[in-house]
Amino acid sequence: MEAATDVENLKATELRLGLPGTEEGPQKAAVPTPPSTPRAGSKRALAGGEEAKKPAAAAAPPAAKAQVVGWPPVRSYRKSCFQASSKSKAAAPAAPQKEETAAAAGGLFVKVSMDGAPYLRKIDLKMYKGYRELREALEAMFLCFSGGAADGAAAVNPSDFAVTYEDKDGDLMLVGDVPFEMFISTCKRLRIMKGSEARGLGGATRE
Amino acid sequence: MGRGGSRATGAAAPPWHALPDEVWEHAFSFLPTAADRGAAAGACSSWLRAERRSRHHLAVANCYAAAPRDAIERFPAVRAAEVKGKPHFADFGLVPPAWGGAAAPWIAAAADGWPLLEELSFKRMVVTDECLEMIAASFRNFQVLRLVSCDGFSTAGLAAIAAGCRQLRELDLQENEIEDCSIHWLSLFPESFTSLVTLNFSCLDGEVNITVLERLVTRCRNLKTLKLNNAIPLDKLASLLQKAPQLVELGTGKFSADYHPDLFAKLEVAFGGCKSLRKLSGAWDAVPDYLPAFYCVCDGLTSLNLSYATVRGPELIKFISRCKNLQQLWVMDLIEDLGLAVVASSCSKLQELRVFPSDHFGLGVLTERGLVDVSASCPMLESVLYFCRRMTNEALITIAKNRPNFTCFRLCILEPHTPDYITQHPLDAGFSAIVESCKGLRRLSISGLLTDLVFRSIGAHADRLEMLSIAFAGNSDLGLNYILSGCKSLKKLEIRDCPFGDKPLLANAAKLETMRSLWMSSCLLTLGACRQLARKMPHLSVEIMNDPGWSCPLDSLPDESPVEKLYVYRTIAGPRSDTPSYVQIV
Repeated sequence: MEAATDVENLKATELRLGLPGTEEGPQKAAVPTPPSTPRAGSKRALAGGEEAKKPAAAAAPPAAKAQVVGWPPVRSYRKSCFQASSKSKAAAPAAPQKEETAAAAGGLFVKVSMDGAPYLRKIDLKMYKGYRELREALEAMFLCFSGGAADGAAAVNPSDFAVTYEDKDGDLMLVGDVPFEMFISTCKRLRIMKGSEARGLGGATRE
Repeated sequence: MGRGGSRATGAAAPPWHALPDEVWEHAFSFLPTAADRGAAAGACSSWLRAERRSRHHLAVANCYAAAPRDAIERFPAVRAAEVKGKPHFADFGLVPPAWGGAAAPWIAAAADGWPLLEELSFKRMVVTDECLEMIAASFRNFQVLRLVSCDGFSTAGLAAIAAGCRQLRELDLQENEIEDCSIHWLSLFPESFTSLVTLNFSCLDGEVNITVLERLVTRCRNLKTLKLNNAIPLDKLASLLQKAPQLVELGTGKFSADYHPDLFAKLEVAFGGCKSLRKLSGAWDAVPDYLPAFYCVCDGLTSLNLSYATVRGPELIKFISRCKNLQQLWVMDLIEDLGLAVVASSCSKLQELRVFPSDHFGLGVLTERGLVDVSASCPMLESVLYFCRRMTNEALITIAKNRPNFTCFRLCILEPHTPDYITQHPLDAGFSAIVESCKGLRRLSISGLLTDLVFRSIGAHADRLEMLSIAFAGNSDLGLNYILSGCKSLKKLEIRDCPFGDKPLLANAAKLETMRSLWMSSCLLTLGACRQLARKMPHLSVEIMNDPGWSCPLDSLPDESPVEKLYVYRTIAGPRSDTPSYVQIV
């Protein structure tokens, strides 16, 4: 993917989750992964010694808990079952619980990542009536990060962004092709692509 | 051994090696496992001949370990075959799509060489509609089809099975990805068809013609296992149960509706009639108010699978606590430590416990308490799968002391690298205690913060260990070396995100041929080492996987290139020819 060269270019300006001074080093994959799906495990492995002294994850998770591919080791079939059922109304009364499990109570929270942004966001897809509202919300949410492009683009240019999503088969799809209702039912997470990957794919004509 | 020799006393018994094959075949029929039969077959050529010609059940644990035609030629009398395809980590999405594992070559070869085949079972393989059509057309005695974690087929293929397999006894579909073509495949079982004993279509996402299902269930008087999908409303479930009170195993599907006392009463009566019910699963969106409808069957239940049920709270716990004879419990972590404490005190016959995470992105709900309680109070517990948020060495040591009879121990602390939450130490001591105490341990999955030390213990003590899963663990090559140079019985090793490199792999190359397979992803391997390994070990297939969409010929890459995914397995079939562009065999 062309994202590889963008990763190299953005590296200097990138804010990452690892401790200062840690590099991805020898644990980098044969194919550089785009920053929106960092192999967080490898970063932690390097920082493992230091992190062991911190209290273990008893508190709430950090703002952007990067999702590691294939973790936890739960069958894809099981994961997709619960993605589907998170939309149906919960049968049991919802006990006070973390944001993630609130999905069962009627919201449809999905993660939104943007290339180059230091942390991810979560949005409730049910809050939006259509693609235009969704896009506006995303632009507002990630406005502050658009200035971080290495090529120094001053303003947010919509055609430089493409909003894509991962569907239940794990494929990366462009947002806007299918009816909004169908999109909501298959969308697992959103990813806003920037730069050369996105040029030509984004743009105001997409609705 | 004695030779007949030249003593020509006509009444002498024949020397043992001249006994006719039929005698040996009969003797071998008493050998309990395929491994025993394999060992016998290796003794001499007459035993080999007798054994292979009388083998009726064949399990092919890796579909690429041997060519289908070779397997069929060697074992011509097989009636039941089981074939597995993709590596285990494919379950978690680590194997890119179109990797391989096609069932078609096996079915085609079987159609040729095993015309009397009665049973086929595929796991993690690609099964197409054409495959299913071929099965229906080729085996006139076909009785059992079991598909687990497969994909590639649709309801059209199921229609072919329903229409064509007149002797079908079992149709068992577990966790497959099945495309819904809106074909009413159930209707294609002919009216004269009554032989069904097992029907499991729980993984099918789609509408079902209830009337057709009811008629099918009514006329199949031998039906013992029925597992429904999510399209069956609760009141129809009650009707089905009244038509099949002889059921031994039931998957309820959804089990959800607004509470209505009439419906509840109907369900209670229906379950009341099921005197033989032993295994219960489903209850996916179960409403707590309906759980008491199960109460009358609780005493008889030996297996309860609520692993897809999102119900929680006191009703759930009350229900499980009434199942005093439970041997197998699969549940979500919504049960919480408290619920497990109740399980511990109520289900003294428990042998297998699996607790799944309800939130795949979270840190986990359970702590070490639940597992400690269950392992303390359930003396027959031998198999555990446990997803939790924290653990301590002390807890693991206690568990190991309480339950030296574990054969399968899989612990997943959801956050990688989590140390003992009290001492902040790695969990080496805890897992070491497990392998030292549980001498019969066959399967182990470890997690949490772990150094090379834990691998030293595992390598030294886990003599019976056959399958080991490692993630985010270890410090250096030493860790992998301990495993590969120890673990006498190791068959399957799967590793992800560990700092293991080339040296231990090359130093223990010979070990890999004694194993079924090795998976390593996101470790520190280089292409050069894989090339060396492949050169050194001609009976190993060394597969490298890049990200799909990045196929670049391996020959052009230098030795230092990092390898993201490696899958090595022994094979007598040579390199396979069905690799997609991003998989390359070194």
